[in-house]
Amino acid sequence: MTSILGISAFYHDSAASILIDGKIIAAAQEERFTRKKHDSNYPFNAVEFVLKYSNLKLSEIDHIVFYEKPFLKFERLLETYVAFAPRGFVQFSKAMPVWLKEKLFQKKNLINFLKKHDKNFEEKNKIFFSEHHMSHAASAFFPSPFDEAIILTADGVGEWATSTVAIGKENNVEIKKEIHFPHSLGLLYSAFTYYTGFKVNSGEYKLMGLAPYGEPKYKNLIEDNLIHIKDDGSFRLNQDYFNYATGLTMTNNKFNSLFGEKPRNSKTDKITQFHMDIASSIQNVTEDIMLKIAKSLKQEYNLNNLCLAGGVALNCVANGKILEKKIFDNIWIQPAAGDAGGSLGSALALWHIEKKNKRIINNIDQMKGSYLGPEYSQSEIEKKLKDIGANYEILSESDILERSAEDLSKGNAVGWFQGRMEFGPRALGARSILGDPRSASMQKNLNLKVKYRESFRPFAPSVLREDISEWFDLNEDSPYMLLVANVNKNKQIEMNKEQKKLFGIDKLNVRRSKIAAVTHVDYSARIQTVHEETNKKFFRLLKKFKEKTGCPVLVNTSFNVRGEPIVNTPEDAFNCFMGTELDNLVIGNCYLKKENQKTELKKDYKSKFELD
Amino acid sequence: MDFLIEFFEFLKVRKKYWLLPILIVLVLFGGLIILSQGSAIAPFIYTIF
Repeated sequence: MTSILGISAFYHDSAASILIDGKIIAAAQEERFTRKKHDSNYPFNAVEFVLKYSNLKLSEIDHIVFYEKPFLKFERLLETYVAFAPRGFVQFSKAMPVWLKEKLFQKKNLINFLKKHDKNFEEKNKIFFSEHHMSHAASAFFPSPFDEAIILTADGVGEWATSTVAIGKENNVEIKKEIHFPHSLGLLYSAFTYYTGFKVNSGEYKLMGLAPYGEPKYKNLIEDNLIHIKDDGSFRLNQDYFNYATGLTMTNNKFNSLFGEKPRNSKTDKITQFHMDIASSIQNVTEDIMLKIAKSLKQEYNLNNLCLAGGVALNCVANGKILEKKIFDNIWIQPAAGDAGGSLGSALALWHIEKKNKRIINNIDQMKGSYLGPEYSQSEIEKKLKDIGANYEILSESDILERSAEDLSKGNAVGWFQGRMEFGPRALGARSILGDPRSASMQKNLNLKVKYRESFRPFAPSVLREDISEWFDLNEDSPYMLLVANVNKNKQIEMNKEQKKLFGIDKLNVRRSKIAAVTHVDYSARIQTVHEETNKKFFRLLKKFKEKTGCPVLVNTSFNVRGEPIVNTPEDAFNCFMGTELDNLVIGNCYLKKENQKTELKKDYKSKFELD
Repeated sequence: MDFLIEFFEFLKVRKKYWLLPILIVLVLFGGLIILSQGSAIAPFIYTIF
């Protein structure tokens, strides 16, 4: 038996993953345990969890892999500072103490952290370092159902690379070409995230969600000034407009003058039509680049399969466009496409590339539905709920499904906590808040009363795989909610002349389809297909809901409030339930109603987490 | 010591010996800065380093 522990840490989204004989056993992000969103500290709790889940002590682990190479990153930093000198002095003076004190000695630090898990742990050449984009590429290819594929990774920056193209074949991944820092599609998108007043590294989703409310009025301005895009989709950013390589902000005054406004201050400034148009423009540019890259790769390598990873692969609208154009027969996207997934990718890279072990290739991918996190037995759940003072009923599985479907059909918002927690940023029916998509007020209510977030943000539908093409313009598996497609024409409600004239957020109040709560203003939806093989209980719940309502779709949003990591334990779920206007909570076979809970257990939850 | 060997090997593989003098200067002057500081936390918008 060979065990490999993969770790990503010290930048953002720390995580740990474990492989045993190449099989993915467990993976989790540190933020879920520490309740600190995008926690970048050493993932002590996540490592403890994956070890416990696999019944291993750290000293019994054969290999440990870190997801990137610190020396190479340091090389990039020094060379960047030399290249931009004396401009980057401010950043240089802030960065060097961090590096000279800690980051340069990552290996030693890592060993010290690891020893905290197990005193008997000895290093003995057990620790490896993978390259950042190799980790992404490996996470995109090895768990995929393909024996051969083109792999495209794109994010902010790793060591030098910001985008890479690789070819995956059987148990090997070969990187073919790279785009290097400071030219980065991820950083370009993040620059606009910053400019529109959202938090870099987590607000990118908001920018994508805001895009359909605007018009791509600034697309030409971006393409003429900020970025030079070649026919094959490769690009160079004009550094005159950016400040991330040398300063402490993403953009500079020249950038502000180009668009005519200062960056939005999220505390004082409202989102206006200008920001929506900016969002639409950058989204449009991103989609164009991704499409161009996809087309040229297909032409160059003539393979039918595409694998995607890296933060940019979480841009499901762009992914949907690649799929829609039918450039590739099949696309597979790593559900933990961000840096957390690097922990898994680095471990897989070691197992398959370095140790030359063969892959098992099935029709189904190896991610187990991405349900790789902690789970709680019925007795553990009952004990925890009892200890908190919760009032609950224990029901049989069929009664749980019956009651939940009934509650949902009445318009209730239901907290759904079942089985193993998801790995990756999306809730996929294990730690989810569910609602009835047919309700006209559901989107607004969930946003404002349950999630405490901006009312413009869309919700995603979960749909039975067998019914997808009846409701959406898509007939593919999308188990990880990473593809966007339109709601079918016959389910759409056409806007009248007056409604068509509406701008921006006003469009939100128009009922757009039979499943209004999950239909964005441009009739698109970020779809999760639900499969019996990977999440039986959620599948059955959807079946039951369909039986009652004729609708095989549910609103599925992550079980958390704005700025909070997705809930991990039954206690987290109960706290969130009591701090929001959720009506029901279902944990395992325990069924809770809000009206039956003691009022003193209610929490002020809204202000607990910082806006992202 | 391990660190120095590993870092030298890294420079050898990457053929970037010109980084060495920069690093030596950094270590000499940086040592002073670091010793005078509590913790090294960077207030960055995007942690590219």
